Amino acid sequence: MPASKITKKLSSLICMALVLIPGLAFADYELNLTESVTALGKEIYDLHMLVLIICTVVCVAVFAVIIYSLINHRKSKGAKPATFHESATVEFIWTVIPFIILVIIAVPATKVLLKIEDASNPDLTIKATGWQWKWEYEYLDNGVHFFSNLDKASNDARQLGSKTDPRTVPNYLLDVDNPIVVPVNKKVRILTTANDVIHAWWVPELAVKRDAIPGFINESWFKAEKTGVYRGQCAELCGKDHGFMPIVVNVVSDSEYNDWVASQKKAMAAAKASAGKTWSKADLMKRGEEVYNASCAACHQANGQGIPGVFPGIAGSKVATGPVEGHIDIVINGKPGTAMQAFGTQLSPADSAAVITFQRNAFGNNTGDVVQPSQISR
Amino acid sequence: MTDKNQNKANNITLGKFSLIAVAMFGFGFALAPMYEAFCQAFGINGRFVEIQDGTYDSSNKVANITEVDKSRLVKVQFTASRNQNMNWEFKALESIVEVNPGEIRVVKFYAKNNTDKTVIAQAVPSVSPGRATKYLNKIECFCFTQQTFKPGEAREMPLRFVVDPALPGKISTLTLAYTFFDTQNRRASNMTDNSRETKLAVNSVVTNAQQ
Amino acid sequence: MSDHKPSGITRWIFTTNHKDIGTLYLWFAFIMFFVGGSMAMVIRAELLQPGMQVVDPLFFNSMTTMHGLIMVFGAVMPAMVGFANWMVPMMIGAPDMALPRMNNWSFWILPFAGTMLVSTLFMEGGGPAFGWTFYAPLSTTFAPQSTDFFIFAVHLLGFSSIMGAINIIATILNMRAPGMTLMKMPLFVWTWLITAFLLIAVMPVLAGAVTMMLTDRNFGTSFFDAAGGGDPVLFQHVFWFFGHPEVYIMILPSFGIVSQIIPTFARKQLFGYASMVYATAAIAFLSFIVWAHHMFTVGMPVAGELYFTYATVMIAVPTAVKVFNWTATMWKGSMTFETPMLWAVGFVFLFTVGGFTGLMMGVAPADFQYHDTYFIVAHFHYVLVPGAVFAIIGGIYYWIPKWTGNMYDEKLGKLHFWLSAISVNILFFPQHFIGLAGMPRRIPDYAVQFSEFNFMSSIGGFVFGATQLLFLYIVIKCIRGGEKATDQVWDNPEGLEWTIPSPAPYHTFETAPQIK
Repeated sequence: MPASKITKKLSSLICMALVLIPGLAFADYELNLTESVTALGKEIYDLHMLVLIICTVVCVAVFAVIIYSLINHRKSKGAKPATFHESATVEFIWTVIPFIILVIIAVPATKVLLKIEDASNPDLTIKATGWQWKWEYEYLDNGVHFFSNLDKASNDARQLGSKTDPRTVPNYLLDVDNPIVVPVNKKVRILTTANDVIHAWWVPELAVKRDAIPGFINESWFKAEKTGVYRGQCAELCGKDHGFMPIVVNVVSDSEYNDWVASQKKAMAAAKASAGKTWSKADLMKRGEEVYNASCAACHQANGQGIPGVFPGIAGSKVATGPVEGHIDIVINGKPGTAMQAFGTQLSPADSAAVITFQRNAFGNNTGDVVQPSQISR
Repeated sequence: MTDKNQNKANNITLGKFSLIAVAMFGFGFALAPMYEAFCQAFGINGRFVEIQDGTYDSSNKVANITEVDKSRLVKVQFTASRNQNMNWEFKALESIVEVNPGEIRVVKFYAKNNTDKTVIAQAVPSVSPGRATKYLNKIECFCFTQQTFKPGEAREMPLRFVVDPALPGKISTLTLAYTFFDTQNRRASNMTDNSRETKLAVNSVVTNAQQ
Repeated sequence: MSDHKPSGITRWIFTTNHKDIGTLYLWFAFIMFFVGGSMAMVIRAELLQPGMQVVDPLFFNSMTTMHGLIMVFGAVMPAMVGFANWMVPMMIGAPDMALPRMNNWSFWILPFAGTMLVSTLFMEGGGPAFGWTFYAPLSTTFAPQSTDFFIFAVHLLGFSSIMGAINIIATILNMRAPGMTLMKMPLFVWTWLITAFLLIAVMPVLAGAVTMMLTDRNFGTSFFDAAGGGDPVLFQHVFWFFGHPEVYIMILPSFGIVSQIIPTFARKQLFGYASMVYATAAIAFLSFIVWAHHMFTVGMPVAGELYFTYATVMIAVPTAVKVFNWTATMWKGSMTFETPMLWAVGFVFLFTVGGFTGLMMGVAPADFQYHDTYFIVAHFHYVLVPGAVFAIIGGIYYWIPKWTGNMYDEKLGKLHFWLSAISVNILFFPQHFIGLAGMPRRIPDYAVQFSEFNFMSSIGGFVFGATQLLFLYIVIKCIRGGEKATDQVWDNPEGLEWTIPSPAPYHTFETAPQIK
């Protein structure tokens, strides 16, 4: 970071600190829990405020007593030490009072919790499957199915040593290529599970956070009362790119939702149809680079060098310069016991063909091979 | 000498607390079966502990279910996933059915091995909400045994199940999720848990005999 | 009575003297504090600005993992055992620890375990990068090869802690001077007695958890693998059955230290001694039955979530009693503010902040929002840094004149306190805000709306880190010389340790003192 930037930051910080006293400077910065757009989320927020206020009041009261004592009961002021060292009454009172306060907190907490755990009678059910490091969504009611990756702009900017200033990237690290779309004012049930390690599906404004555990299914729900785009992130450490698998939920009107479902179905049909088509090398390379950046670069790195000892490189690798069949096999079926996933289940044949073509002709792997979708057996 | 007594006392304390430490080490392992018992009793995680252990006795589960509760309908959703690295197709052919509790229903799942290798896979069932687990009884299920798929093999696999009429009235939607795991696709693939396979094999005999 | 000290390096290698071993423990902890601290500096450097500037995400994850493990198992716990070694025999009038040879062994395991743990960073595939909580399957099927070394290191660390704990229990139960009844023991001894029980109860459970990990990884078992009939959530239950008592293992001796310091400088007896003892025991007991509040989001049955909520918020009662007792001890005292007292008062204020956020997180519906965010990071750093670490530093200032025979530099000590107290709040307080606003923990890069507070936090972190170098200087300066300390050191403090000369002779209380 250039020194001038640090100075600038420092001076702005000092300015912030100066105006902190009237409490205006932080108007732009979130200080408190994110306010929710669901009724249940608002109840959670209220519960949070109740506990926060109780804690603050008690804290201030105790601190006031200590500070009074620190100021007045000091030797330099000639204070003589008292001799009391216990009092059954006082000790009884200050054991009972916290207990009563806790009961006051526990009652609303129980009420809200029971509502959170009642996911029955949903209008729509979406299964979110956590992968290292992306989300797979499946709409159980209408069969819409897609993967959701970190968007390209963020992904480029977040690389070590990238020249892009994240501040210039809109919704840095909080945007995806395919957001999920849900209708407003409908009870949406989210089923979470995982493909590999434990992830957690979290959108603060929808007040939902639930672990996604491989082999098991969990449920949670929300009913957004306002249209808009709500962003969240994976909340359970899931490996290297844990910080780079955001969640975007687009809450729209009923009719927009129906249009979206129709267009998704069309796109899925088109992807199926494209499997038989023959592509030009230039088209394959162009599409292949996009797929590579979305699906491969997290491990094999944008420059194809991999991370020594952890993720093998693509540049000059035996697989990418050897027989085409072996390359297709490893991309489609993955490599058991390693982080290499079976991309045959994630990518369409066209995308698989494109990315294999790209890998065989990029990073100095000038094999000249062109792989067509028809070569990808399903 | 008090010194001697002291040493003796110290060694006794050492012995006692070493024993406690060893016992607590054992307790750590005992947490595994205790957890399973809890899961079974309270449906934690929607686990079917008995199926996973190979001790699931389907005939016993449905023995008490004698009549169909026509007064209510329960939605049962099905969903299918594959664990890492599995180039399979796996889906429920019907994603939602409505059943009366007590009514025996059959739904089909479709699986296809897209690889050119023979794969032995185990389906792991899980139910949401978890407390409904013990009311969703399976009479016939491809999750009872490991499934062997030849290269390119595709198969429809039936699931015969019944929802216990004792299902709490508050639960109106159940989701049964299956995840297929490639049993050879584990770190220590050369070492298999023999006892478990035997249990599953025995169980499959029992299941077959019932049909 | 001879005060013969062996000399040279063999003195330290073969020593069975509780004071030598205490010193070794404290130095080991101090070194690990800087090792773990430098990892924290790497973390804060990466988080200074949005975007990736310093390290790659995988290395970042090993930094957060190793920082946590080293601070917990390498810095705080050994420092507490170091205090116990030095002070418990002197406080109860015993000549040495009950099992001196085992004492030597339990210390000398540590450097090897610590080295092994740190060496994983240089292995192929990198060090452990799955968080200090090492949840399966990220730590089993998906972990680097070095994880097996990590498991072995945890076994060794656990073995050392268990032996240390047994030794402390044997010393306290069997070696007290005549007349030193349990209810006459200084509170520090009491808190360590209870902590030692916790250690013996839970360190073996951790050993069990890592052993299950080891067999899952290498021998085909499937405790934590759904494919073979296991459940990854089981790992979390076993881990937190250890993990929750573990956090009290780090904080209870801190309560003890603070309860020694405050009465001395308030010139007034500790208020509610008996209730302090009962509150400590109550906290220890509750710590065993609340573990699942660390995992509310795994999808427990409602009844379980309610139970763990109720049990967790109950901990606030005995903890509040402790804070009230310290307050009442200061009330109408005749206070002076030498360095140890500053750290103790800082502890009472800042630990209380951490305690209150802990209460907030105990409430399950709200915890769904706090879970795995920077709010959690802020909470546990408030209880562990201005909590446990402040108590440790305060304890060192309090007893170092007795250990070395020299007074530390009071001016520098005060400077050290004020720099630390201010920077630690700049470091951790903004993390509450970014956590509530939605920044997940354990991420190497963040959305730009979190930039300002992260920048602030990093600056606080750098200042706090640099300030601790000042502490190293103060300690070395004090060991090398300075104003001679009197035997009492402070103004009429209570306790047997102040009845012996300063510096404490190599052998003390070879004839047991009589306690009135």
